[in-house]
Order: sequence, then structure tokens, then C-alpha cells
Amino acid sequence: MEIRELTCIRCPMGCQLTVTIDGENVSVSGNTCPRGEDYGKNEVINPIRTVTSSIRVEGGSLKLVSVKTKGDIPKGKIFEVMEAIRSATVTAPVHTGDVLISNAAGTGIDVVATKTVEKR
Amino acid sequence: MMEYHDIIIIGGGPAGLAAAISAREAGAEDILILERDERPGGILNQCIHNGFGLHTFKEELTGPEYAERFITRAKELNIPIKLKTIAADISPEREVTYVNSEEGAVTVKAGAVILAMGCRERPRGALGLPGFRPAGVFTAGTAQRLMNIEGFAVGKEVVILGSGDIGLIMARRMTLEGAKVKVVAELMPYSGGLKRNIVQCLEDYGIPLKLSHTVTCIHGKERVTGVTISEVGADRRPIPGTEEYYSCDTLLLSCGLLPENELSKSAGVVLSRVTGGPEVTDSLETTVPGVFAAGNVLHVHDLVDFVSEEAARAGRKAAEYVKGGSTPEKFVEIKTAGGVRYTVPQRISPDTMDDKITLRFRVGDILKNKTLAVYFDGEPVRRVKKRIMAPGEMEELVLTKASFAEHPDVKEILVCAED
Amino acid sequence: MTQYDVVVIGAGVTGSAIARELARYKLKTLVLEKEEDVCSGTSKANSGIVHGGFDAKEGTMMARMNVRGAELIRKLHKTLDFTYRENGSMVLAFSEADLPGLEELKRRGEANGVTDLSILTGDEARKLEPALSDEVAGALLSPSAGIVCPFSMTIAFAENAADNGVEFSFLNAVKNIEKTGDGYKIEAEKGDIYTKTVVNAAGLYSDKINDMVSSRHFTIVPRRGEYVLMDREVGDLVSHTIFQLPTRLGKGVLVTPTAHGNLLVGPNAQDIDDKENTETTAEGIEDIKRRALLSVPTVPYNKTITGFAGLRAHEEHHDFILGEAEDAELFFNAAAIESPGLTSAPAIGEYMAGIIAGRLGAEKKESFIETRKGVPQVAKLSPKERAELIAKRPEYGTIVCRCESVSEGEILDAINRTLGAKSLDGIKRRVRQGMGRCQAGFCTPRAVELLARELGIAPEEVTKNRPGSELLIKEAE
Repeated sequence: MEIRELTCIRCPMGCQLTVTIDGENVSVSGNTCPRGEDYGKNEVINPIRTVTSSIRVEGGSLKLVSVKTKGDIPKGKIFEVMEAIRSATVTAPVHTGDVLISNAAGTGIDVVATKTVEKR
Repeated sequence: MMEYHDIIIIGGGPAGLAAAISAREAGAEDILILERDERPGGILNQCIHNGFGLHTFKEELTGPEYAERFITRAKELNIPIKLKTIAADISPEREVTYVNSEEGAVTVKAGAVILAMGCRERPRGALGLPGFRPAGVFTAGTAQRLMNIEGFAVGKEVVILGSGDIGLIMARRMTLEGAKVKVVAELMPYSGGLKRNIVQCLEDYGIPLKLSHTVTCIHGKERVTGVTISEVGADRRPIPGTEEYYSCDTLLLSCGLLPENELSKSAGVVLSRVTGGPEVTDSLETTVPGVFAAGNVLHVHDLVDFVSEEAARAGRKAAEYVKGGSTPEKFVEIKTAGGVRYTVPQRISPDTMDDKITLRFRVGDILKNKTLAVYFDGEPVRRVKKRIMAPGEMEELVLTKASFAEHPDVKEILVCAED
Repeated sequence: MTQYDVVVIGAGVTGSAIARELARYKLKTLVLEKEEDVCSGTSKANSGIVHGGFDAKEGTMMARMNVRGAELIRKLHKTLDFTYRENGSMVLAFSEADLPGLEELKRRGEANGVTDLSILTGDEARKLEPALSDEVAGALLSPSAGIVCPFSMTIAFAENAADNGVEFSFLNAVKNIEKTGDGYKIEAEKGDIYTKTVVNAAGLYSDKINDMVSSRHFTIVPRRGEYVLMDREVGDLVSHTIFQLPTRLGKGVLVTPTAHGNLLVGPNAQDIDDKENTETTAEGIEDIKRRALLSVPTVPYNKTITGFAGLRAHEEHHDFILGEAEDAELFFNAAAIESPGLTSAPAIGEYMAGIIAGRLGAEKKESFIETRKGVPQVAKLSPKERAELIAKRPEYGTIVCRCESVSEGEILDAINRTLGAKSLDGIKRRVRQGMGRCQAGFCTPRAVELLARELGIAPEEVTKNRPGSELLIKEAE
């Protein structure tokens, strides 16, 4: 049996979770809402993160457009996704929600713009 | 003849936008926002990380996305905003002087003014960090702007002093961009940032957080070459013999935010010694009639959602004020004790208050298993058990009009943390 | 090969003042500076005081230059448009036993030709300066002492010199000087320079320069002084410059408003070995803070915006070394310039230029431009003047530095005028961008962009001051 102490980050409450892993059974205590249980389980079985960064824009009113992964990606894939983001460039205009990289680093998750950058 | 506007809002960031939208929705027609940057949205434009909007929109947005929702709404409502325009002065009579390159210096009269200038970062000099004054010492927000808006790299090997949220966010951001963040040192025995940022920005990347530590020397004549970090005692003074040298080319400072109130002072507004922001009523009105304040100019928030909520109330109240409302005469002062440092608002008008008023405040130390209590003239009115409270996380308590109805002659309200 | 009549080594306040006075003569003059800008050494980090003239011992060059320098500054700040205010100064005594010390200073001042000194009782002093400590037993009042912005004064001298034909060469440190048949060969960073005469105004390095040519060696000891600068919000805590009477316990620290309205406390005095060591120390800063409280117990240190350290060029005889070296013809020293060096600078300029012109038999130019106009301080203009200026040049309406209300137009002026700024510190010293309470946190990105654009360099090449102080890192390709 393994016990892990985690801080829930699903909301600003920051509940202190105790996750007990007993073979296939994972139980969570210390949470104050169901999202905490969900977080605790995921965090030990399949930790995931949203990655935010920015991509260079050609010919835009700004040099960079901010981006995010449209959904969470496996924590272990963060640096691979960052590589894809760092090597990308886009051409203005770019609008919030535009898919700039599809299926980033094979995660099945797209990288989308979180800002609108008009043509210069 | 001086130009007139019903409501002039100083600042087009999250507070200013939310105030403008709610003022318009409450019926104020003639609103003008003054914004110093080239685009509205304020600091949100450079906060490209996510975590915004959970309270307001029930979904997790990045800073620019959160801003865009308000900007879009303000556009739909045709609220005029003057960009690249700086408010230079506000008089107690609500005459606002602004400067821009098209109009020069212009003075306009406002029915009501909403202060929404936000805050600024405590710089190196104010921290009194000894050593040289080389390039490579940045406040975290300046580095954030240089990276996220201007697209520059600011350093390769980084030490961060202060565990405020921007510093934590920048630790992750720089790590993802390929820099090595060696350590985050925090003077206090607890972090100044949100728990989830400590988890997601430091722990995820194995960046050590050294509590009760500070920078005791900055090395490097031209560019930073390293810093010395020392442990501090309970008196927050460095303990000799604990010095550790970290080589680095960059020192980021995330050591607190200060409400930006130079204009508030020119308007004659009384500032709280604790928050550094204006003292306000439950209507978010300052001590100068018709001058309202909301957002980080008032007290520094952790979550933009609460800034928007507070600013929306200021906007609505300002709209009521210009429609012929007046400043109430009777107020009950809120005193604090037992680790509660202050509250916003600082005073309530029982006669004119909304049905519910949310008091927001911070505690001065880590408090475990305490009860937040509200007393009306010594009589308990409300008690809320708290497992943990920390200076880095803003707390809140709700007061209802019903409570005041039960205590019609209340003279003083006390908010405190007790066993 | 260019042959100069005069090469001035050092573009601090002394070198710049000498250059400005030399510019009156038909002489081909060059100023060499090891840093990227004028006013980069001792001149940039000091108290900014125009001393009353009672400190220096009678009969010394220091006394003579101080009194004449103060007199010149009272006129020059108008003709050359630099920031100066005659705020008066006080020297405090904290016990009855120290009162004779004040009398002694008064007597010395009078011997130096200062006629307006008077002695106040403690109560009279507190009446003029209510923030003074109850412990103050008496004070020497010098009503005509003043405060000056050291940057704007140095820059004004240098710009006016350049406008009158003096050449300046930066990042050009002197490595060696050799006597030639009819003058000197200077081996400098950027190549050899030939000149009839050399003026050594090299500040902390003036001993090294002297020793290259003269066998009458002297030693300059870097004497470090630390300061704490507070927000303009509290700049009116005192209106006079408040000194402490030097006692057995030390020289004392001052509390003063600056010419720009901040509050300044400092300096201490620590003799060190390294001529580049402008480090502040926790102990030093704490020490000056504590000692300043003796004069003014309510100094609001929570309004501190920065701390800094400067190095004075101290020489054991404690007098300026001015004039032609005894054993090196046409090699002139303006060395060992420590306090009251800033006050004395214009007098040193006048004195040295007179000697040099005399030795070279140079005639005065007819075309000398006496006046110089600084960058307009747009926020200080009347609304009407401001609007007119912005209408002419819209950049004056875009505020870049919120704390000090500095517009884009002023920053562009700072970069593009005679001897314009080449670094962020250069902009700061010319127009105060980044000098305020946020210490350039807000305006740095914009200043970097403007400097890069105007100088035609990449933003990554923009420096804080000398090369090596780049702010941004070039991304690996």
C-alpha cells in the first residue's frame, strides 16, 4: 500500500489530499468536492496538465500569439509539446481558438490560439 | 466649457472593463475608459497561463481569453476607450486630466470616477538588496512582459526571490522555454503564492522552494553573475554562516505588489495604511464623494474573478451615484483583530447596503483550525470554521442586510480569527 | 593622423567642465572616456550638493574652487539649463560641547570668503526644519548652499562642449601615454592619439594616468559611500541639506532633498582597494540609516526606492591636484577631485582652461555658444505649453515612464541629441525615465525598443550601461 500527499489544484481551495494506492484500488481523502477525488486519482494514475506558451507570428500587430493545449496532456509529454510549440510559426491574422498545431506531439490534443493577433 | 462624462474609468484592465460594462448595464450612458497601453486588457495580456475564469465563467481560461470576453462585451456595448492615454491628474472635484499624442493634455469633468489603475511590483531598490546593480535583475512582471508580449529571452540561469504568484508562474514559463531555474527563495516561512502554483510551477519541475531565505548579495558588475542566498531567522534577518552562492545570469523578484495610487492621492482619497489602497464603503466609494475604486488598486487580489466581481459592483454603484444617488451619511466601521489584517470594504452603510456584502481580506500569518468570527458591538453574528488560512490566499465573509436588521443600532463591527 | 591640441582624459563632471571651458578657445580638443557615456564614474553617484564653502581649509585649492564653483553654478544652471535649487544647508551640533565646532566652521567659511553664514540655536533650527531631532543643540546655517542634479550638470557641460566643437570618444580607455618630441602619444583602446597637451581628469584612475607620465606619483584611494534614496512623496521632509558636525565619532551623514525632490540619506566612507567596487552592503546601508536618524528621527525608510554606492577619489593630502605636472611639460592634472568636487567643477574648468590656453597661447573664439537647452520636461509645462508641444510633436504626448511622467518624445530627444544616450542608464540620466518609484519596471520594455530602433541595433544588444550589461539574451538558433 502506498500513500501520497497531494495538494488539489482544481480550484483555489487547495485541499490537502491523501491518496491511498492499494493495488488497483485508489482512494482519496481530504477533498471537499468530487473534483478533488477525481484530481487525486488522476494525479497518481495519469497526471495531466494544460500547457500554455506562445508562438511567433509573422506580419502581426504583435510578435507573439499566446497559445494553450485545447485540453490536458499527459504530464510526461509537456516538453515534447513545448518543442512543437517552439518550432512553430504562424502568419497573421490569428484569432482566439484557431488551431495552430493539431495533434501536438501525438497527444491527440490541439494547440490553439488564446489571443487575437491582427495583421500589421 | 469643460467636456463632461458621467463616468470616467481610469484603467482598461480587468477592473476597468468590468466596471464599465456593469455601469452601462445599470443605465449609465456616457462612460469613458482611459487606458495607458496600446490595447485594453491590462496585465491579463501578458498572463498567458491558465487558471482564470473558474468563478466567473465556470471554465478555465488563460489571461488573454478572459480579457477578450470583457473586451468583446465592452465593444458590444459601444463603450469608448482611449488607448495610449495616461491620466495625469484627478482633482477632488472629479476633474480628470489626461494626456495622449493626439489631443495633448485635456481636462474633463466626470460625474463619477472609478479608480482601476491596478498595482505595480515592489522593485529591487525598495527591497534593499545589497550588492552591485547589474543588468539581469528584473521584477517578475517585467520579465513576463518582455517574454510574453515582446518575445525576448531574459536569461538562461535564474534565481527567483519571492514566491508571489507571478514569480511562480515565471519559474515554470522560463523552465518551459529552456532556462534553468535554480531556486526560489522566500523571506517568509510560508509562500506568498497560491498553492496550486507551487504545485504546478515548482514541484512539477523539481524547482526547490527555500522558505525563510533571502538574497544577501547580488554579484556581477555588468550582468548578474550570481547571488548569495542566506537563511533568515525569526526576525527575518540573515543568519551568518548560512550563505550559499548560486551562479546565475538573472534574478527575478516577486516580492509583493503595491496598489498604484498616485492618482488617488491627487484626488484627495484617504488610503488604508494596511492595503495601500483607498478606504472604501460597501459601495466601493472612497472618502471622496463620487470617486469609486475596484480591483488591485484597492487591495491586491489573487484571482481576477474577484476583481471583476468587485469592479462590477463599483460600476453599478457609480451608475446609481450619477443618476442622483448621494453618499450615505451613516456608516459602521469594520475593525479587525486576531490575525485578520484588514477588510475591504472598511465601512458599511446599513441603510443603503445590498442584501449581501462580501468582505474580502487577508490574514497576517498561517492560521490553522481557527474560526472566522464577526461581532456586532461584541455580539457574535457569524462564525465560519477554517481548516487553514494563509497570507497568500484571500479570504471572504458574507454579511447580510438581515443581520443589520436584527442590530439596528450597531456601532462597530469586528472581524477576527479566533480559536 | 589627427593631431589634437588638448586631450582630456575622463568625461566626468571635471573633464566635461574643463572641456566646456576649453571650447571657448581656438583649440582642437578631444575628450576620452572609458565608459559608454559621460557621467559614468564618481560623478554619477554622490550627494549632489553645492557646498557653502566652509568645509575646506582656508588657503587650499579646495576652498578656492568650492567658493568660485558655487558662484558659477548659481548662474550656469540657467545658461546651461540643468537642475539646481538653492535650498540652503545646516550643519548640526548635538551637544553644547560641540557648539565651538560650529563657530570654527563659520570662521573658516568667512576666511574662505563666504559671508552669509550664521549660527542658530537648536530651537531656531527646529523652527526652520520641524523634522529635526530634539537633540539638536545648534546649527550652522548656510543659506546659499544648494542641490544640483549631477547628471544634468555633467551632461550640460559635455553637450555644450560638443556643440562648440569638442570631440568625444567613448569606450576608449587610455592604456599608456608616451612623451613625443612636441607633445604626447596616447595609446588608447581604439588606437593611438597624438596631442600637444594632456589633461588628466580620470577621477579614480587619475593616479594611474599621472604615473604614466610623471615621476611625482600620488595614490588615489577609492572611498566608497553608500546612499539610500526615497520617494519624491517624502522629499519635503526637510528643505535644507542637513549635515552633522564632524566629530571624533566620524564625519556624519546627511539628509537632504535632491534637486529632483527625492529624499537622500548617506554617505558613509569606507576606503577600499577596488576602483570598480560600487557594491552596497547590508551593514553599510544599515549604518547610514541609523546615523541619519540622529538628525531626523522620522526618515521614512519604508519609502525607499533604491540604494546605491559611489566611489570618491581620495588622496591623502585632501586637496585637489590642479595644474601642470612639475616634471612633465604640458601634462596637466585635475586629480584627487573628491567632495566638494561637484561644486568645484565649473571653477576647475575655468581655472584649468585658463592655464592650458595660456601655455598654448590660444585665442578665444568669437563664435562660442554660451547657452544650451536641455530636453523639455513636458510634464512640468503649463497645460497650454504642453498641448502646443504635443501638437508639434505627438511623441511628447505618449507617456512611457509613469512614475516620472517622461514621454516618448523626451526619450527620443535623449537618444538623438548631441552626445545622445547609448544605454538605458544614459536615457535615465538625461530624462529620468525609470528613476521613479517603480525603478523602470513598467517602462523598460518600451525603452529597450526605442533605444534599439533609434540606434539601429538589435534589442538584444541594448545595454544597461557599459558593454556586457545587455538586458536580453540572444535565443540560440
